[in-house]
Amino acid sequence: MSGPSTYQPKTGVTRWLDSRLPIIRFTHDHVLTFPTPRNLNVWYTFGAILAFFLGLQIATGIVLAMHYTPDAERAFDSIEHIMRDVNSGWLIRYLHSNGASMFFLAVYIHMFRGLYYGSYKAPRELLWILGVLLYTLMILTAFLGYTLPWGQMSFWAATVITSLFSALPGIGEPIVQWLWGGFGVDSPTLNRFFSLHYLLPFVLVGLVVLHIWALHVPGNNNPLGIDVKSPRDTVPFHPYYTVKDFFYLTCFLILFAYFVFFAPEALSSPENSEHANPIVTPPEIVPEWYFLPFYTVLRSIPDKLTGVIALFAALGTLFFVPWLDLSKVRSARFRPVYKQFFWIFVADCLILGYVGANPVDATLLNTSIPLVWIGRIATLYYFAFFLVIMPLVGKLERPNPLPDSIANSVLSNAPHRTESAT
Amino acid sequence: MIAAVKRLACALVIVAAASVPALTQEAAPEPPAASAVPPASPPSAPAVEIETLPPRSGNFTFEGPFGTFDRAALQRGFQVYKDVCAACHSLQYIAFRHLAEEGGPSLSEDQVRALAVAYRVPAGPNEQGQTIDANGQPLMRPATPADHIPPPFPNEQAARASNNGALPPDLSLIVKARLGGADYLYSILTGYGQQPPAGVTVGSGRFYNPYFRGGQIAMPPPLNPDSVTYADGTMATVEQEARDVVTFLSWAADPKMEERKRTGFSVMIFLLVLASLLYFSYQRVWYGRH
Repeated sequence: MSGPSTYQPKTGVTRWLDSRLPIIRFTHDHVLTFPTPRNLNVWYTFGAILAFFLGLQIATGIVLAMHYTPDAERAFDSIEHIMRDVNSGWLIRYLHSNGASMFFLAVYIHMFRGLYYGSYKAPRELLWILGVLLYTLMILTAFLGYTLPWGQMSFWAATVITSLFSALPGIGEPIVQWLWGGFGVDSPTLNRFFSLHYLLPFVLVGLVVLHIWALHVPGNNNPLGIDVKSPRDTVPFHPYYTVKDFFYLTCFLILFAYFVFFAPEALSSPENSEHANPIVTPPEIVPEWYFLPFYTVLRSIPDKLTGVIALFAALGTLFFVPWLDLSKVRSARFRPVYKQFFWIFVADCLILGYVGANPVDATLLNTSIPLVWIGRIATLYYFAFFLVIMPLVGKLERPNPLPDSIANSVLSNAPHRTESAT
Repeated sequence: MIAAVKRLACALVIVAAASVPALTQEAAPEPPAASAVPPASPPSAPAVEIETLPPRSGNFTFEGPFGTFDRAALQRGFQVYKDVCAACHSLQYIAFRHLAEEGGPSLSEDQVRALAVAYRVPAGPNEQGQTIDANGQPLMRPATPADHIPPPFPNEQAARASNNGALPPDLSLIVKARLGGADYLYSILTGYGQQPPAGVTVGSGRFYNPYFRGGQIAMPPPLNPDSVTYADGTMATVEQEARDVVTFLSWAADPKMEERKRTGFSVMIFLLVLASLLYFSYQRVWYGRH
């Protein structure tokens, strides 16, 4: 996609470096001049926002690890030590805990954008799969990290989630004990969770490199979903998308700062301000908001093993999306039928989240409709969207005509403006 | 699944949320959500259900993005904690020195030192390596500002033994650890003395308090008029004492609140200015290109 390099080393030192380790050329080609479709909208800035948050989580996490003690007796105290006695410890911790929520908010927007514009379709299947892999590792990392403060919800979330494996016939119990490092969630569990929680973000970084590599081979998809055909369709990444990404990142940071400074505990459970207690179960065990849709899928199915399978299938299905969508057209802009199912799917995920946030025996608002049935219908739609609607609509739908090029489509909207392609 | 089982168990004796009218209905008719959960048939012998009231709003000065603690209330609240609550409740994450920190009760260094020496804390081993004296009692020394406020009971067992089997929770994080936070605590402290609904028998060693989940709390009414004598001459009504101690405990749970909000204010201004500059740069760079 990037075409022949236009980098010209100007000094002796850069020429020397360029013939040995062309790192400046690489940066020049992939950050500065990288040809990017000129019509990317705000939803395409979330990649940069995600990169920022991965960096922020790693930076704040490393500092937190300097003051944290992964021991069942002392973990909770060490968090309070960070909150009360470490200089700006409260800031670092709130950046990290709320950063996780923002990270997930951004990744969900990023994924929905990919689903809407068909960014997973050839030749970007691997790009999508790497993305789903990144998301899976994010889930795992967030789950491990949530255990570390060793509050009541930390402890019980760890217990419930690891116990899911006990649904496996025969090998379930040994697997759970192997995960725990004992016969219950305790110091050995906490210690290994801490170790893995520190490791996985660096695996994420490696996968992000692959993700961007896989992006830079075919180049960006775009809201029209049509290929770049001439240089008129693109602009160099810098300054066009650097400035755009920075602007929207800053807007997103305003939301982030609101949570960090004015509502730092709004997204966490009061239960987690109580020390973990293996003999007192909290009245409700509710996961963090970003896991609620999956939690509903799990709870919707009356059989435990089937529920666990459905939970993993809900995630696993995402890997096959490139081959489930049979449409020849990428962008939902030109797919009148798929577009409607897509927005129902977005609503469906929100409904799944809403159901998950409520007790199992709750009813819908002031009615007597049991939420569990709403959760079941929503679960059904979740799977039907990928397994039935995507292939069928892709086959049967008659898409609207596509524009012939990005440049014509974009620039025809503003004919009065000076046109100068790069 | 554990959640579900536990919930159903709880549902037999208590009612969880208060505002939903559907609460008065019989047990939910829907099938169970998870296999582990038995069908929710009507409870066989339900205790009389007491509706839990939602917390009353305390309208505290520290609410909202610009709220700060009332310094005098913090100091009075500490006095209430020290003279009343501390008889049963520990405050393990608060050291005497914290009381002198900015954003808190802001006692002077001298006041903190004078306060600390009145407490005795376990001493380290002496020159002979002993930690107990000739009578087998632990060696003690006067506390210093660096020491944490000593707990009223040496351990959980002792605390339960003195409190009718109930465990008075540590209060350092109580405001964060309860749904409703400061308002909840304020409601509990001022929620005693009401007539239980007809048909409700309050258990022995329990007290009716409609803001407490289940309505029956093990803590006796902790505050009385003139439980403390305020140095600043404020009338020590139950209402006043409750507001003061809730203010103090809100600080104890979130001692960096004022610093946090102050920092947040600067950060917001910075981000808004940066966002506007970036917006204009963005428009400038893209002029004519989209």
